Amino acid sequence: MDRTGAQIIWECLLREGVETVFGYPGGAILPTYDAMTEYPIRHVLVRHEQSAVHMADGFARASGRTGVVVATSGPGATNLVTGLATAMLDSIPLVAITGQVGSGLLGTDAFQEVDITGITLPITKHNYLVTRAQDIAPAIREAFAVATSGRPGPVLVDITKDAQQGRATLDWEGAAPTRHLRHIPPSPKQVDLDRALAMINAAQRPVILAGHGIQLSGARAEVLALAELAQIPFAETLLGLGAVPASHVLSLGMMGMHGESWVNQAIQEADLLIALGMRFDDRVTGRLKEYAPNALKIHVDIDASEINKLVPVDVPLGGDLKQVLQAMLPAVKAADHTPWLERIRSWRGDSAVRDIKNLPDDGHLYAAHVMHDLWKITKGEAVVVTDVGQHQMWEAQYYHHDGERSLITSGGAGTMGFALPAAIGAKLARPEAEVWVVAGDGGFQMTFAELMTAVQEGVKVNIAVINNGYLGMVRQWQALFYEGRYAATPILSPDFVKLAEAFGIHGQRVDKRSDLAVAVALARQQPGTALIEFKVEQEDSVYPMVAAGAALHDMIRRPSPSPIAETGSDPV
Amino acid sequence: MSHVLVIYTDDEPGVLTRVAMLFRRRGFNIHSLTVGPTERVHVSRMTVVVDTDEATARRAVEHLRKLVNVLEVQQLGHGRNVVRDLALLRVSTRQGRSEVLQLVQVFRANVVDIADDSVVIECTGSLGKIEALVDSLRPFGILELGRTGAVAMARGERSEASNRLAASAVEAPGSSGAMSV
Repeated sequence: MDRTGAQIIWECLLREGVETVFGYPGGAILPTYDAMTEYPIRHVLVRHEQSAVHMADGFARASGRTGVVVATSGPGATNLVTGLATAMLDSIPLVAITGQVGSGLLGTDAFQEVDITGITLPITKHNYLVTRAQDIAPAIREAFAVATSGRPGPVLVDITKDAQQGRATLDWEGAAPTRHLRHIPPSPKQVDLDRALAMINAAQRPVILAGHGIQLSGARAEVLALAELAQIPFAETLLGLGAVPASHVLSLGMMGMHGESWVNQAIQEADLLIALGMRFDDRVTGRLKEYAPNALKIHVDIDASEINKLVPVDVPLGGDLKQVLQAMLPAVKAADHTPWLERIRSWRGDSAVRDIKNLPDDGHLYAAHVMHDLWKITKGEAVVVTDVGQHQMWEAQYYHHDGERSLITSGGAGTMGFALPAAIGAKLARPEAEVWVVAGDGGFQMTFAELMTAVQEGVKVNIAVINNGYLGMVRQWQALFYEGRYAATPILSPDFVKLAEAFGIHGQRVDKRSDLAVAVALARQQPGTALIEFKVEQEDSVYPMVAAGAALHDMIRRPSPSPIAETGSDPV
Repeated sequence: MSHVLVIYTDDEPGVLTRVAMLFRRRGFNIHSLTVGPTERVHVSRMTVVVDTDEATARRAVEHLRKLVNVLEVQQLGHGRNVVRDLALLRVSTRQGRSEVLQLVQVFRANVVDIADDSVVIECTGSLGKIEALVDSLRPFGILELGRTGAVAMARGERSEASNRLAASAVEAPGSSGAMSV
């Protein structure tokens, strides 16, 4: 049947299983919007295109499905850039469809023409410029295949206005993609598997480094089987939180710059690191020269270019994590690492007394209290979507994620303004889930226009704005490394309660820990989106901390009950 | 140290940009890059010479393999390759044409144009040979120099990459028809 290019776009999206798209109309994408009304697809109108990508991203992270974005040419397309980069760095499958000026105008600096395929080249897995209606279906099908195969990521399809308006026959079968299969990583070599197994079976002080790849590969059961069988404790990256359960007896917690001291200590003293779907980011390793100096290293990753990129490994295992572990598990020997686990436990006990959540309620509200209490009240079962900064680290430390896809956060890019739109996307993907936004006063002000999107779409999310009156993480760095010169970090906020009222949502303010539980209960009861502003301690800092470029064991510890910031490697 | 990479790609607009962008983005220093058609339609072949250590060269290969438009990547081993470069030189003959022509003969190069006080010389050979010719002619005055950059091929049997490419011949690159930029 003969269709317009615009109809082919929607027909392809439907056949790819798409039910919801996030977008914003404009001139060059108008034919596509005009055709949209004929198809059973929900369109979420955002207030800024960047938020459309974050919504699609949150949708994808919450559900494992591919998020879809639609935008117009020129500024509509360039507004996608930050969102695409965010998804690229965190390996999130997205397809962004942009309108483009008519093919005859390409290259003439026509109204709202920008070279979006050129601009997004390094921040997408692949992109397309489609100038004919008959080329739309092959491009979209391949885009979905590329976005989801191997290491996932965002793909952009730029479609000229005349391609949307032109007519073609939709040949679905003929448009089947093949090129995405060119470089699916091969299975690891048996000799490498054998070497890895020998190391695992011989290790005395092994640690599993659990990354986002566990989630992407669906390998939780296999990772836990390995850990339990060989009694190997596991430490999580930020994006690995929730990929394995925090309450598991072998779970150590988050590693890296703001990881607990016992976690980093365990990594530094390990004799074997088993890196599963993680990429040794600088926020995780600290100074590379002194990273886990005594450990042999096994690295499993589907992206071979990540192996030996920063940390030289002893056994490279390129491949899909689930398959690799399935191949190894039958030959893993049961082991008992009690002395090692006991040693880590002793470090842990020492740290607990410094833990802010164990400090008495002195009338001040600490962000860490908010996270801890939120975790308790929601029984750890909420999907928490964070922004970027101090609150993000406190959330990672004090909200313990057991469920898969229960923490949604911008890890690699560290994109402020991510939380609210990503949470709206997450809620649309999983309407049954309780979704909480945890954002700082800085990041929240970047994208809070999307409150209106939540209202217009009838989406209920609960919002905790952690307001300390500063761009807190930057202020913390200024305090620690720039002699306390707070350049441009004090930030004013609107009256968030009145703001909520203006958007027609429920708003509250909390400045005492004793009022927290009632406010949270009230927010949860609201049928629509509800906001709580938490006025927290202004100059509180996130500890422990490994300064950028310092060795992983060189931690600035939490102030102890007699608050003295301690440094040094020996926690005892 | 120089490493020679042979990259088979779809013959589509913009593929060169993708490859070049990757080298720029990852900080791999390109010494030369050539591109041209191959024994197969719709397939281009690039020869890239990078100045880097072995580990970085291997990483470049892995990054290249992630590009959708890349069919095969081959890192040539050292010593067992034919590496050829073509140079065109416009050399002044004011200090004596015959001496220049003698050098051309010694290097088995060709004179392809003669003007009143200069000649254009064409020379094909290894990178070392071309550099030696350039050094020898420099005292006469090199007015213009252009080089193609290296084209390379492994000696001996057909390469594994080329074999794999032939085996997957059914695949029609660019089947999407979309201009892949």
